[in-house]
Amino acid sequence: MVSVLALAREIAESVPDPELPMLTLADLGILREIRAEGTRVVVSLTPTYSGCPAMREMQQDVARRLTAAGLEAEVRTVLSPPWSSDWITGEGRRKLAAAGIAPPQPAPRRGAGPVPLTLAPVRRDLACPRCGAEGALQTAAFSATACKALYRCAACGEPFEYIKEI
Amino acid sequence: MGFDTAYEAISEEEEEDPGHRWAYGTGFTDPLAGVDTSVPDGVDGADLATYCLMLGDDALIMSHRLQQWLARAPELEEETALANIALDLLGQARLLLSRAGAADGTGRGEDDYAFGRPEREFRNVRLAEIADADFAGLVARLLVFSTWRLALLARLRDLRDPVLAAVAAKGVSEITYHRDYAAQWAIRLAGGTEYSRGRMQAALAAVAPLCAELFTATGAERRLAAAGVAADPAALRPEFDAVIGQVMSAAGMTWPDRPGLAGVAGQAGRDGVHTEAMGYLLAELQSVARAHPGATW
Repeated sequence: MVSVLALAREIAESVPDPELPMLTLADLGILREIRAEGTRVVVSLTPTYSGCPAMREMQQDVARRLTAAGLEAEVRTVLSPPWSSDWITGEGRRKLAAAGIAPPQPAPRRGAGPVPLTLAPVRRDLACPRCGAEGALQTAAFSATACKALYRCAACGEPFEYIKEI
Repeated sequence: MGFDTAYEAISEEEEEDPGHRWAYGTGFTDPLAGVDTSVPDGVDGADLATYCLMLGDDALIMSHRLQQWLARAPELEEETALANIALDLLGQARLLLSRAGAADGTGRGEDDYAFGRPEREFRNVRLAEIADADFAGLVARLLVFSTWRLALLARLRDLRDPVLAAVAAKGVSEITYHRDYAAQWAIRLAGGTEYSRGRMQAALAAVAPLCAELFTATGAERRLAAAGVAADPAALRPEFDAVIGQVMSAAGMTWPDRPGLAGVAGQAGRDGVHTEAMGYLLAELQSVARAHPGATW
């Protein structure tokens, strides 16, 4: 069963994210668990955002690839703990930067009290993924997907996306 | 990606399973697949389902109003922001409506609730259904909605239903961004021109009467709060007032003092008694599902 699990892990980890195809599910940190239950392999995935439209595709993709490899597979959703951008791996961060997307900074650690309000655009010291210069300015808090913000490099003037910390 | 156009990328077929590519799905799957949805001990399943419908309908109806801004927003950046906020809320709604079907034992799915119920069975607060007169109106409504919902979901994280707690924990980090977005726009409009400031002040006056309802508990909420599953709406008021006060202070505006919008015989949105706007909204939201029952695409 160990080798079956290793095979299942290798297959599930390599499934690409349909919206960020340069990243795998393992890079994104949404693959939460792979275990054997009797003759079945059970894979648990967690959504990034509640409305992530790619979740269903990723579940089906994992199930399809495991079945094609001759495994009996079940894919489950886990909601807790909520996904954090901190779970994107080092490899995932390198791939994002190589694709021109600035990887996330550490997510805020918040206690039990009320969530603080932010009344001005967040200042983040991001290196431009194209020219490497610091000092980019945020142009929008949301981008083509909910997980990203839009920035423009102050040095080369190019716009780029940033994966928001969450 | 090796495709000349985005259309080519999504329409390309893979030989082993043609048409599986995303954006070409056929129907949706249960967003709670594999999640343990048993009802906690000592909790009434029907009350829990009603509560999930309240929170789910708030998100669904607010999301629909935000979607109506698409192709009408003042700038492309606001369009993507509103679309993403709407998508977050739609995701929360899907989870909550699915949780309702599991809790009341009927096994109804998200689509049955969203597309199959008449107006009288929708449990959203009336704040969610109001049409926005202008962009300032949207900003005011989103500010109030997200400030209130963030305070509510933050409390649910620690309560006894593990599914609601998990949905709430995800929602908190999403709505933190929504609230910041609305607060920053309120300040920008207030500090812009005399005209934009006047529109923002008028928008606050329009939304203020819809606030009292947010802090009024129904019977189901009171029973669930006693069972440790729901948040007491009245307890959210101090945090709400503090956050709105912070925004008003930064904007140099005062929160308009308005009496709450009356209901009908003491009933309002949570009881299924809505404003005139709701019928038009549902007619649009449910039109495709009613014209083509059971259709998938």
